[in-house]
Amino acid sequence: MPAAKVFQPRPAQPPPRAQHGLWPRVRAAFFDGWWNTLLTAATLALLIWTLPPLLGWGVFHAVPTADNAACRAAVGVGACWGVVAEKGRLILFGRYPFDEQWRPLLASALLVALLAGSCLRAFWKPWLALAWVGTFAVFFGLMKGGVFGLSVVETARWGGLPLTLLLSAASLVIAFPLAVLVALGRTSHLPAIRTLCVLYVELIRGVPLISVLFMASFILPLFMPHGGTIDVLARVLIGMTLFTAAYLAEVVRGGLQSLPKGQVEAAQSIGLTYWQTQRKIVLPQALRTVVPAIVNTFIGAFKDTSLVTIVSLYDLTGAVQLALGDADWRKFFLEGQLFVAAIYFVACFAMSRYSRWLEGHLNTGIRRV
Amino acid sequence: MPPPPKRRRWTWRSQAFRGVVYQLVALAVLVAAGALLLSNTLENMRARGIKSGFDFITEPAGFAIGESLIPFDSAESYGKAYAVGLANTLRVALVGIVAATLLGTLVGISRLSRNALVKRLAGAYVEVTRNVPLLLQLFMWYFALTEFLPPIEEALRPLPGFFFSKNGLQFPLPWWSAEQGWFLDMPEKTEISVVGGGAVTPEYLTVLLGLTVYTAGYIAEVVRAGIQAVPIGQHEAAASLGLSRWHTLRLVQMPQALRVIIPPLTSQYLNLTKNSSLAVAVGYPDVLSIAATSLNQTGRAIECITIVMACYLTLSLLTSAFMGIYNRRARLKER
Repeated sequence: MPAAKVFQPRPAQPPPRAQHGLWPRVRAAFFDGWWNTLLTAATLALLIWTLPPLLGWGVFHAVPTADNAACRAAVGVGACWGVVAEKGRLILFGRYPFDEQWRPLLASALLVALLAGSCLRAFWKPWLALAWVGTFAVFFGLMKGGVFGLSVVETARWGGLPLTLLLSAASLVIAFPLAVLVALGRTSHLPAIRTLCVLYVELIRGVPLISVLFMASFILPLFMPHGGTIDVLARVLIGMTLFTAAYLAEVVRGGLQSLPKGQVEAAQSIGLTYWQTQRKIVLPQALRTVVPAIVNTFIGAFKDTSLVTIVSLYDLTGAVQLALGDADWRKFFLEGQLFVAAIYFVACFAMSRYSRWLEGHLNTGIRRV
Repeated sequence: MPPPPKRRRWTWRSQAFRGVVYQLVALAVLVAAGALLLSNTLENMRARGIKSGFDFITEPAGFAIGESLIPFDSAESYGKAYAVGLANTLRVALVGIVAATLLGTLVGISRLSRNALVKRLAGAYVEVTRNVPLLLQLFMWYFALTEFLPPIEEALRPLPGFFFSKNGLQFPLPWWSAEQGWFLDMPEKTEISVVGGGAVTPEYLTVLLGLTVYTAGYIAEVVRAGIQAVPIGQHEAAASLGLSRWHTLRLVQMPQALRVIIPPLTSQYLNLTKNSSLAVAVGYPDVLSIAATSLNQTGRAIECITIVMACYLTLSLLTSAFMGIYNRRARLKER
């Protein structure tokens, strides 16, 4: 008779690894499996290989003072941050007359304050538009001079940060109404108007900004009646505005198309005209959804402003190339460029975070449970 | 009983009538503005003695082009110069598109890695490249490549057969000749220079590196968003079938993510091609810088800018068309 089967329990499994505490978290993030561990090792090796020389160059062996001899001695070993102190004003304000540079400083501060203020929803009131017009007027008065005993400074000498701010802000503000009209035209039922708007948008979006700027600086003067001239800043501003408007129109069209059709039908059924429908029903809802995308367009315009360097206006990017052109300091281009890159980075990073925050913030109001 | 035929009333109260009037007014305004600008332009051109017309295309260009795929001599025509410039644009844009796609996909996938170090590093890469203007990045690359690299006599040799110096990069090039058939043309180091093999200038490298690094930041975000758009259940289902993480990514997540990725990826390719026009700032002879040179020499602004815009528009339309075909292939096949 075969022996009766005796139930033999298997040995118990070990308890699961700890899920809480510091070590399990570190393990999950860095050493979870051989692939993860390998990645950690490779990344650490890369950091150990690159970071110490970079830190040595940027911090430990760097020359913080504008001492040309010390900087030259440190070439290849340490950065020369003194170049920022030495050339900072030239980088920030371009070729603006040196003694008058409080004017661009004040003008830039005003514009930055207005931009920051426009980010607060409490200020999204009709008078904000007036504030913009007023600030632009004060900006021009300060920069151009000729009023209140300020000496006149030609626009060709404007440069650096104020120029970057002005071109990006003004092109967006002027482009906005144009973009709304083009977006409405593109969604219109009238074939001729729709075709014109489609042609405009696709034509501009199909070519690079520089070619539009070239067109603005070489062809616009030919359009002037009777050999009249047009200011170089105005030319560039027109070019940038036409370019930004095409991209902005697509953003606005996205908002128009996201609106349920019932909204327009309801408006028509209570007898509103086309413009009443757009102004009171469609645009308030459509524009609200695209505010984050408009902020992103502004970031694009802010970076694209650097291209005006190629048509000889010296914004931040151009001013740093101009400032470091002299023989004593030309070895230290990279330090100046890194300084300007840091300005762009801080501004664009802050704006992109704001845009992301706004996206969540604006949605909370209309999201239904 | 059929409904009575609709009678069109051509009065102001008819919407159709108003529509026609609006369109006619818009067209009339446009034509009038165009005519005014045209007459101004013609008058200005007469006053300044500017000739017009595309006949300059066949005239000798009179300037040399630093680097080109097609041999070019300054006695050849403007038309040929534009072709050389267009070839240069394509050379940098096509290589840039391939390189940026590879780098961008790598960074995009890294942003979703479980490894915190890799994830943070990829995130930092994306933020830094996207938040600094491309032109400034190009200037920085150009300075770094022309200032920090050794002269050609002491060229760096990162790999056998590769020479990296202030003069650019020399590399082995597979080549075909009637006598030898296929062979690898290796660059050779001589006393003062490096001869043979393929070579690219620092200008080309600047534009290529700048465009690749910049666009890869955007492509990384496109790839990340595409992968995140695939429902998490797909990933979990694949894991429960016992697929490895790599197989999950390659066989389950990526094919579905592609449908989301392709349209924005197309616009990144278009952006890269258009951004290659910034080459003019570092002196790489792309089609825009050829146009700028010929504009300065002939003074025919309208013609030169029209040619450039036509080139970029054609490239944009071609890229959209190709990506459209690919998009249709990757699309979800429904009934």
